[in-house]
Amino acid sequence: MQQAAAPAVLDPDVRQARTADGAPAVELSGAWDIRALETRARSLKLQLRQFSTDPGSHWNLSRIQRLDHIGALLIWQAWGKRRPARLALAQGHEVFFSHLDSAAAAAPAAPFDPLRLVRALGAALLLTAEHLRGIVQLLGQILLDSLVLLRHPLRGPWREISASLFRVGTQALGITALVGFLIGIVLSYLSAEQLKSVGANVFIINILGIGIIRELGPVIAAVLVAGRSGSAITAQLGVMRVTEELDALSVMGIPHTVRLILPKIVALAIAMPLLILWTSGIALTGGAISADMQLGISVHSFMTGLPAAVPAVNLSLAMGKGVVFGALIALIACHFGLRVQPNTESLGIGTTNSVVTSITAVIIADAIFAVIFADVGISLL
Amino acid sequence: MTPVIEVAGLWTQFGDHVVHRDLNLTVMPGEVVSLVGGSGSGKTTLMRQILGLERPTRGTVKVFGIPLHGSNAQLLHKIRKRWGVLFQEGALYSALSVFDNIALPLRELRAFDEDFIRDMVLLKLDMVDIERRHAAKMPADLSGGMIKRIALARALVLEPELVFLDEPTAGLDPDRSESFVKLIRSLHETLNLTVVMVTHDLDTLVSLSDKIAVLAEQKLIVYGTLREAIAVRHPFILNFFLGERGLRALSAVAATINLNGKH
Ligand SMILES: Nc1ncnc2c1ncn2[C@@H]1O[C@H](COP(=O)(O)OP(=O)(O)OP(=O)(O)O)[C@@H](O)[C@H]1O
Ligand SMILES: [Mg+2]
Repeated sequence: MQQAAAPAVLDPDVRQARTADGAPAVELSGAWDIRALETRARSLKLQLRQFSTDPGSHWNLSRIQRLDHIGALLIWQAWGKRRPARLALAQGHEVFFSHLDSAAAAAPAAPFDPLRLVRALGAALLLTAEHLRGIVQLLGQILLDSLVLLRHPLRGPWREISASLFRVGTQALGITALVGFLIGIVLSYLSAEQLKSVGANVFIINILGIGIIRELGPVIAAVLVAGRSGSAITAQLGVMRVTEELDALSVMGIPHTVRLILPKIVALAIAMPLLILWTSGIALTGGAISADMQLGISVHSFMTGLPAAVPAVNLSLAMGKGVVFGALIALIACHFGLRVQPNTESLGIGTTNSVVTSITAVIIADAIFAVIFADVGISLL
Repeated sequence: MTPVIEVAGLWTQFGDHVVHRDLNLTVMPGEVVSLVGGSGSGKTTLMRQILGLERPTRGTVKVFGIPLHGSNAQLLHKIRKRWGVLFQEGALYSALSVFDNIALPLRELRAFDEDFIRDMVLLKLDMVDIERRHAAKMPADLSGGMIKRIALARALVLEPELVFLDEPTAGLDPDRSESFVKLIRSLHETLNLTVVMVTHDLDTLVSLSDKIAVLAEQKLIVYGTLREAIAVRHPFILNFFLGERGLRALSAVAATINLNGKH
């Protein structure tokens, strides 16, 4: 297209020829640019290799019609990255080779490390310790920054808290209800089968009541929120780190702990117990409906039997768990969000780690609760 | 000769905000065209439309004689291998090192071995004046000017016939801007490169462009040589070229133009 008036551009070609004085020569012709080489690079490279075994031969490149750096590099590599002594170039093609003569350094190979696995294990342990320290530090920083708020409560991030509350709480009602309801039904169905066989039908109320209110409700709600809001928080903070928005906040003297992190922790600490209440309620409803169909215990008698079967302290315990889980999820999500490096890969890894870590942390915290409150709220008949 | 770029009757509208109104632009092979215009006049948008990233409300865009909208995917893929683009912010892939960023288009072709690719990447790094020790760095660890130059190396690695440059010298120090101008000029001479650039940098504009396209009032108010552009009495041109900064850049170049005239 560029040389519409010029003779047709030929395919790249290598030939054995002779110079005027009869010496052996290699003659290249045609187009040696990327468009022509794209499909033929490998075969041409082999051909060039064969011809370049004789160091004394004359290279005639003056019949090359088109050349670019790609073609020049291909030829130059075949020469063993050195210009041959006898070389003829077409006019204007000299520049391509002069660029190349300086480009001959090799990149060093990665050294072999026999202790690689040990090192990797150590690094992983150190990283875990570093994360723990980071989370504690973040918590401390937030507490310190919130002390200032106690003196100037009007400057608190109330608007942000309310917005977060809506996002992590209100908008999570649907999914927690759906999952809670289904779990209630499944659990009730499975237990009913067992209870029916020993004739202990009424204990379905105890099993579902204690199981859902004390353990399942809080854990299910927490896992859902960790997946839903935890990942969102990490991604949001991560992107703000990537786009230097966090730095912009710092230079304006707005501490991001107060503006960004505190509202999320507060919002989750408030929303989580409420979500647990909601999830447990729906799960119990599902369980009651299933019990009605399986065991003939009416929904009404299921509900009226609950207070007797489940001491009210279990509800407080669940709320307490909710506050802890919520704060934990937000704290971990923020920690990972702030550690995101300014690149896309790190954002993905950070989000994954955040969700996995917060779910693990929730379950560990739940186990600790179970041990501490082992003899609270379980009425023995 | 087929024009490299042919924009005809182009309208762009966002809501009821008209950015381009019946705009026409033809770029011939080997031309260096600078697109200037006030901030928000639609330079980046026009470039994105020529690149096929955005669809104009009305009008046609042809590149290498092939219409961008309505051609089959194979044809479009061929076009995309023949142009190189330097984005305003560099747009390096943040997950890849400098080396891998430049090597990516070459590896994508699957025509060359790693040894070849390594030499090619190092060559391109030399061309844009980046030391080799930076090759293993990640884009996040680079300065703004280095990102620009590495993005340029990536844009040039497939030896494109057409190069788009959005604000190529913004963020470069004067010395680097100068060597950038030299690089583009030498590429233009050796490879008969066609260049379309958006720039506010008068020195670059004056020393590189064959033609200047001034975008104002939703169309090209001038499309011609520097001399023709300056001759037009329009407030934007008066401010841009004949303001204090403009005159300074022009007078510096006027000296060389006169010298050339005597030859
Ligand atoms: N996706 C979009 N939606 C709505 N308006 C848009 C969109 N993209 C661009 N615009 C508008 O089109 C106009 C032109 O934008 P464009 O980015 O092309 O400007 P520009 O000439 O490149 O400016 P600058 O020199 O500042 O980079 C602006 O007014 C912008 O607000
Ligand atoms: Mg722009």
